[in-house]
Amino acid sequence: MFLIKCPYCGERDQSEFNCGGEAHIVRPKNPPDLTDDQWADYLFMRKNIKGIQFERWNHSNGCRRWFNVTRNTATDEILKIYNMGEQPPIVTGIAPKTPSGETSIGSGNISTSYTKK
Amino acid sequence: MNKKISFTFDGKKYSGFEGDTLASALIRNGVFLVGRSFKYHRPRGMISAGSEEPNAIIQLESGEITEPNVRATEIKIYEGLNATSQNNWPSLNFDLGSVNDLFSRFFPSGFYYKTFMWPPKYWEKYEYLIRQAAGLGRSPTKDDPHQYEHFHYHCDILVVGGGISGLYAAKLLAKANLKVLIIEQHPELGGQCLNTDSFKTHEVLIKELEEQNNKDNFKIIKNSTVFAYMHSNYLLACQKINNAKIRQIIWKIRATKVVLATGSIERFLTFDNNDRPGIMLANSARKYQNHCSAKDIKKIVIFTNNDTAYQTAIDFFYKQEVEVQAVIDVRKNSNGDLAKKAEKLGIKIFFNHAVIDTKGRKKINSVIISELDESLDKAIGRSKKLSCDLLCVSGGWTPTVHLFSQSKGILFYRESDATFIPDKSFQNEISIGACNGTFELDEILKETYSKISGLLTEFGKKIDVKSRINSEKIFYDKLKHLWIVPSNKHFGRTKMFVDFQNDVTAKDIKLALREGYRSIEHIKRYTTTGMATDQGKIGNINALGIISDLSGVPIHKLGTTTFRLPYTPVTFGAMAGRHIKEFFDVERTTPMHQWHVDCGAKFEDVGQWKRAWYYPIENEGILQAVNREVKATREGIGILDASTLGKIDVKGRDASEFLNRVYTNAWSKLDIGKCRYGLMLGDDGMVIDDGVTSRLGENHYVMTTTTGNAASVMSKLEDWLQTEWPELKVYLTSVTEQFATISINGPYAPKLMNKLCPNHDFSKDNFPHMSFQNIGIDDVHCRVMRISFTGEMCYEINVPSSYGKALWEKCFDLGNEYNITPYGTEAMHVLRAEKGFIIVGQETDGSVTPIDLDMSWIVSKKKYDFIGKRALYRSDTIREDRKQLVGILTKDPNEILEEGSQLVEKITPVPMEMVGHVTSSYYSPNLGRSIALALVKEGIKKKGLKIYAPMPNKAIEVEITNPVFIDPSNERLSA
Repeated sequence: MFLIKCPYCGERDQSEFNCGGEAHIVRPKNPPDLTDDQWADYLFMRKNIKGIQFERWNHSNGCRRWFNVTRNTATDEILKIYNMGEQPPIVTGIAPKTPSGETSIGSGNISTSYTKK
Repeated sequence: MNKKISFTFDGKKYSGFEGDTLASALIRNGVFLVGRSFKYHRPRGMISAGSEEPNAIIQLESGEITEPNVRATEIKIYEGLNATSQNNWPSLNFDLGSVNDLFSRFFPSGFYYKTFMWPPKYWEKYEYLIRQAAGLGRSPTKDDPHQYEHFHYHCDILVVGGGISGLYAAKLLAKANLKVLIIEQHPELGGQCLNTDSFKTHEVLIKELEEQNNKDNFKIIKNSTVFAYMHSNYLLACQKINNAKIRQIIWKIRATKVVLATGSIERFLTFDNNDRPGIMLANSARKYQNHCSAKDIKKIVIFTNNDTAYQTAIDFFYKQEVEVQAVIDVRKNSNGDLAKKAEKLGIKIFFNHAVIDTKGRKKINSVIISELDESLDKAIGRSKKLSCDLLCVSGGWTPTVHLFSQSKGILFYRESDATFIPDKSFQNEISIGACNGTFELDEILKETYSKISGLLTEFGKKIDVKSRINSEKIFYDKLKHLWIVPSNKHFGRTKMFVDFQNDVTAKDIKLALREGYRSIEHIKRYTTTGMATDQGKIGNINALGIISDLSGVPIHKLGTTTFRLPYTPVTFGAMAGRHIKEFFDVERTTPMHQWHVDCGAKFEDVGQWKRAWYYPIENEGILQAVNREVKATREGIGILDASTLGKIDVKGRDASEFLNRVYTNAWSKLDIGKCRYGLMLGDDGMVIDDGVTSRLGENHYVMTTTTGNAASVMSKLEDWLQTEWPELKVYLTSVTEQFATISINGPYAPKLMNKLCPNHDFSKDNFPHMSFQNIGIDDVHCRVMRISFTGEMCYEINVPSSYGKALWEKCFDLGNEYNITPYGTEAMHVLRAEKGFIIVGQETDGSVTPIDLDMSWIVSKKKYDFIGKRALYRSDTIREDRKQLVGILTKDPNEILEEGSQLVEKITPVPMEMVGHVTSSYYSPNLGRSIALALVKEGIKKKGLKIYAPMPNKAIEVEITNPVFIDPSNERLSA
């Protein structure tokens, strides 16, 4: 239940929104020229990564507008919200940060490289 | 003195005082045996005074309001409270299940997995018996008459915990003009301070804050447990208001900043027979003793590995009726202030000693103590017996980091006192006080002051330096952790409980390690340690310590198990809140709904809609009623409430182009005033919706969708418009609820229309099939379409909703002479099936193309592109052996196939080769026989072929036919 800042309505609870999957997949303008594989690629192939993902979201229980979201799927941190048709932000140098820091043991709730205290 | 309150436990009447919890009231009455353990049915008593309690869980009240597994330590008594103990038969005092204890050697961890493996077919019998033995309390069998509420709350700062750190933080925040909420799980603020005689500051704080409560955006709620910490500082708390109409409230809180001041939980020590009633956590025992003098407590022994338990010794020392026998301390010595004070008072202290066993079946009566060797591994020397009726145990303190961990913060293991403490925050929160590993009072005050000062700076505020408070410093000597207390006995003969509620012992953990389990998460699941309703609040750290000791892996490398919500169990009633019965989901009704109800209609749920299913007269069953409705429609007039169909108003410069793109057929050339049936596909070529669209003007259409898909079609269309085709100027508006739709069907339909609207020409030349006209009926503007879903002449009148019921009733007044008959969704299905019309969602299931439905006539060959076109000639969609829509007639005309029946060409021993399945099946009164629609492999080619529907007791012979059973040439439409 994270918060999403709808570009039209402001910050609202996630339960007001629907995720429409991966963003920036443009419907081909020339479907008859495409092979089955190319069409299947457009139709079915979607990324579902742990880390930075570009997604489409719809304020379905609000203004019903669609917009793009750059989200870290591991932490639900939202990096950017931008309009449909706009180019995705360039994300560099951010290793997928996770709450656990990806430790190999236990629940991952413990830090292994702690020196401060 | 407080008010006297009487209550019942296990059928016996007791009395306590206002402010007592059930646990303290029972202790006041000398009742220590309150339950039986889960596996071995060992007698158990309360060991704590808070939410960590594993043993004293009771069944509260009885009948419809009963609640199982309630912690007696958390429930405040009220007049007439009725509680019973759990997991015993026939009674708590004499429990037959306790034979399990004698055979405990045969119930090691993994017992069920190992024992009930063979023979596999007996599993069903085993399972029944295991289920009978499992579980503790009983769930209610009737509706709960209480009300449960959900409250939403937004604040700047949420302080979780009303102990000293929380109180002090609240005081520092109170004057800052911020919206602050404080939540305390107990009925009173104060936390551990309530037990302290020397420190009085909290009383001043509580008084100040209570005066401020509900003023200036400042709020305190008590008796409420924050049980979940979710994303974006969204926290849930459950407030318990027992014995009231509104019984529990779930607070849904969104806070800018969260201050966790959740305190700490005392640990137990793992020694042989450490679970007898009368063995308690030292600090809890002190709390009970200060709050209520327990009956029959004369001699106490204290067993500790740290300094804090000495406070218990000192407090009990001042009670005249109690004799402190001894403090047994596993450490070599202690220079702590409290230990020194105890020594000075003359309390006997056995350093380097441990309690190695206890005696007493239903209540402890003595302990066996022994000296320990240098490395604390062995009991040496002669053991001594000390009689006692209360053993207070302290194994140190565990910061309550549950919420911090739920928030995805990272923990750090501090070796010096074996605690996991918050390290890195993930969300916008801070931890202060004991939950942050800061235990000493003065340090807590200092930490709180500096952290709240920083927090206020974040909000652009300044801390009030005058509100700074201090306390006298107390020195605590170091704790010595001893995860398994040595015993004289062979380890396999000991019963050292780690998890009390699930009856997990140290030797169970050893067994798991011996059997090869290494990961803490695996060991947890195999032994079930920490998996009971208390989630191992007292014992988890001991289990970790034991695993570390036995396996040689340091604790920080083992890690912790995941801290999951809820922190304490939450009732289903509270979770559901008001969302029950008629409020469970939205119910949508049409403007004519009351008429259907008054006529005794049976209803069917279609999505959220309540649709009339059929209208039985007198004692008619469904089949009789439907047959009558179907016949009346073909012979006279049938009238259907079709208001639930989705209606989307499509307007704009590019409306025609838009429809061209989303429907399979062409729209540009549709004349104004005409209607056209359309089939909508997904881009994968599969049918997702159908319906008739009418052209009202040059750039204005009204689209009809199926009842169930109205919302999803609207969303999908918006999706295409906003994201793929922003260049199209088209505006979509849902008008489903703005119009009531009355569908008038049958040979006499035009006559009724003439009576409704005498001045209008309803001749087929003026108002042909598939056309649309604006008509005023009684001066009300109506949109009338001549379309048909029954194969009969039909007029669909769309009238503004508020006139729906009036017009519907008027139709009946005027249509009486034509035997006007209301028909429901069931008759509608039969009528359309007689004509071979599909229903999206019944003939289609997301894997059916228009070609499969033999509807290639509706798929434009000329259009370059439309949604779904390319997919119609993918290698899969052009396969010859796809399932295709056909009609099915049984050899025996009275045999009605079951919908979903599989179809085969040859009857063979199972498994038979399936060639298709029945999608719709009805009795057609007009044909006097059964009819069915089916999807059959290459069915269109196979018309006339005899195939079978195999049933458990027979094979039904059927013939593949054309799916249109009545009037294939559509003569009735224009008769």
